[in-house]
Amino acid sequence: MTALDEFRLETRSWLAANCPASMRVSVPEDQIVGGGKRQVYENPEAKIWLDNMASKGWTAPTWPSEYGGGGLSKDEFLVLQDEMMRINARAPISGMGFSMIGPTLLDYGTEEQKREHLPKIVSGEIRWCQGYSEPGAGSDLASLQTKCEDKGDHYSVNGQKVWTSGAQYADWIYTLVRTEPQAPKHEGISFVLIDMAQPGVTVKPILLISGNSPFCETFFDDATVRKDGLVGQLNRGWTVGKRLLQHERSSISGLSSGGKKGRYDDMGKLSNIAVEYIGKDSGKLADPALRDAVIQNELNQRAFGLTQQRSMAESDKGETATFATSMFKYYGSETGKERLELQLKAMGTQSLGWEGQDFGDNERTLTRTWLRSKAGSIAGGSSEIQLNIIAKRVLGLPD
Amino acid sequence: MPLVLNEEQNMLKDAAKDFCTNSTPISQLRGLRDDTSETGFDTDTWQQMVELGWAGITIPEDFGGLGFGYLGMGVVMEECGRTLTASPLLATAVLGAGAILHGGSDELKGELLPQVAGGELLLALAVEETPHHNPYGATTTAEKSGDGYKVTGSKKFVLDGHVANKIVVVARTSGNAGDRDGLTLVLVDSGAGVNVTRTIMADSRNAANIEFSGVQGVLLGEEGKGADVLDKVLDAGRILLSAEMLGGVQECFERTVEYLKVREQFGVPIGSFQGLKHRAAQMFCEVELSKSVVLEALSSLDDDSEQVGELASLAKARLNDTYNLVSSEGVQMHGGIGMTDEYEIGFFMKRSRVCEHSLGNSAFHRDRYGVIQGY
Repeated sequence: MTALDEFRLETRSWLAANCPASMRVSVPEDQIVGGGKRQVYENPEAKIWLDNMASKGWTAPTWPSEYGGGGLSKDEFLVLQDEMMRINARAPISGMGFSMIGPTLLDYGTEEQKREHLPKIVSGEIRWCQGYSEPGAGSDLASLQTKCEDKGDHYSVNGQKVWTSGAQYADWIYTLVRTEPQAPKHEGISFVLIDMAQPGVTVKPILLISGNSPFCETFFDDATVRKDGLVGQLNRGWTVGKRLLQHERSSISGLSSGGKKGRYDDMGKLSNIAVEYIGKDSGKLADPALRDAVIQNELNQRAFGLTQQRSMAESDKGETATFATSMFKYYGSETGKERLELQLKAMGTQSLGWEGQDFGDNERTLTRTWLRSKAGSIAGGSSEIQLNIIAKRVLGLPD
Repeated sequence: MPLVLNEEQNMLKDAAKDFCTNSTPISQLRGLRDDTSETGFDTDTWQQMVELGWAGITIPEDFGGLGFGYLGMGVVMEECGRTLTASPLLATAVLGAGAILHGGSDELKGELLPQVAGGELLLALAVEETPHHNPYGATTTAEKSGDGYKVTGSKKFVLDGHVANKIVVVARTSGNAGDRDGLTLVLVDSGAGVNVTRTIMADSRNAANIEFSGVQGVLLGEEGKGADVLDKVLDAGRILLSAEMLGGVQECFERTVEYLKVREQFGVPIGSFQGLKHRAAQMFCEVELSKSVVLEALSSLDDDSEQVGELASLAKARLNDTYNLVSSEGVQMHGGIGMTDEYEIGFFMKRSRVCEHSLGNSAFHRDRYGVIQGY
């Protein structure tokens, strides 16, 4: 038996003993655990599951163990994923700490920054959010104006961020700020870490078309940043920020499942839903035009998943190849949106319920999810920006 | 399903790239077309391919082949696709040899497969009777006669049918057109009772319409159960043809991107225009997805996986659409010069469409995928 086979057996028996029964069903969106000081555990087993996984470092399986991570190799990580999927174990926790700031600190953080922040992400103690976009800086992110001044023993931040996802639940925010107003726009930006538990930080949720408020406006009025809260060099934050965006794009594209599961597969397979609402004729979905479109979408999802797996297989560390990130972000979000549009067509008027008893929970969730999905091709750099990046960085087309 | 090539496969790919670049550039295909070559491929080139072992890549070592597997054959097909290399590789080494391998007796395999690997025997698979791929649509009949079967009927679009020494005919011993049951595969010699008319296609490659008038042949597989062998052979063919198409897709796309960088209008390279950049970037995504499905499908053949059928349809549907897109955009983005015969980009468009209609168009494969998935 190889070491990897042994690891698989150990993992299987550990999961059998430590994954509570109620954590082995798909997680409803409102019960996804993000951690942080404001996290409420409606199901106490969710907290037990989180603590069990965190004790192994398996909330962040590939992070080095000296920072609380699992220290797993790529192959061990894939085994862990496999074994979790085998029993349908849900992710114990997720969020920007894991998908974005953690990996960025591993790349660019000082030893002290890693030791201070990473273990608290692993344990779920601290939840992070992202301060990038501003009212005047969307696709043209580098035109951001939030000001950060050196006050001797600390920095002081003034300005406004927007589309800060989950800011109302977060404890810390990582932010792009302008530290050198006279420099060319890409060269006067720094990347700073801000503790949100201070009077200078105010958060206001934004009601979206989905009826939910996953995004906020975040205001800084003389907010204080510790001197050691600067990540990377002063005025070189654009480099750090861009690297982090790659992590963000990977997570929006649904890369986290390693290509083995479609982004919305937790809602059920599209073809099964179509059959449930439309029925079959001679063994085939009874609406031939919709059937063709559903098959096309499932084929595209499958090709996309295989491409994610290929990208991971090509990389030594089990990460996405840099060139591929924009492709995954673009293709994953567009294919996901199309899937939900097809689900609407499959379910007819039952797909558009807003509230009340005429619609099932799944049906009302779909309405909101469908609307929420439209942000997938806007947030983290719109589809058009991703296509620009592919054209420039991958294909080498001129400006 | 490793989704990456191993070292040996990469070496074979490099060797194939060298060979195709140096020995079979697109100018060779143009020459064959202009000289109205009788075979439609260059016999010396084919002999060199045979010497490289390509005709026997998927044939087991026991039968004189290399036993190197389908991923190996796939990388060769891919490189051939880049240069639009005309050769009997698909019809003989994949389709014909596959039918003998899966349906032939040990004696027959021992006799014929070494001849295939040695380049002495050319084969073809006669399936179609209408302008659309219809694997179970045979009305051509096979009647038991002595030790073998007599075949009567007519077939269309038989790839390399005009040069084949022996032809695998999909015939019917019972049932009606469209029935999976009742199909019987018969191997016949191309000679008396076989009337072959070569068809000249837009891609300057080779196919034939063939009349069989009571010609005697030997049974491959079981009478009435020919579809079991046929499905395997067709799926291998679909996947290997997808590999060829992947080569054409990449070459055509790379040439187009290069042109966007050098062609200037309004005083700047046209590749600086967002209207073209975005379309190029979208094609890049389709090309990357195409690479993944071909690799996965080839691996499934090597693993003899239960998913071969669905992966064949996944690969062929995607490569049909991607090749169509990339070759259409290739001509469009080249503008006027893309319409000229002198320029090579149009050759990809012509080849792509013939490939698209070989062994199932996208609608066929989407439908088949849905059926396999149970809806």
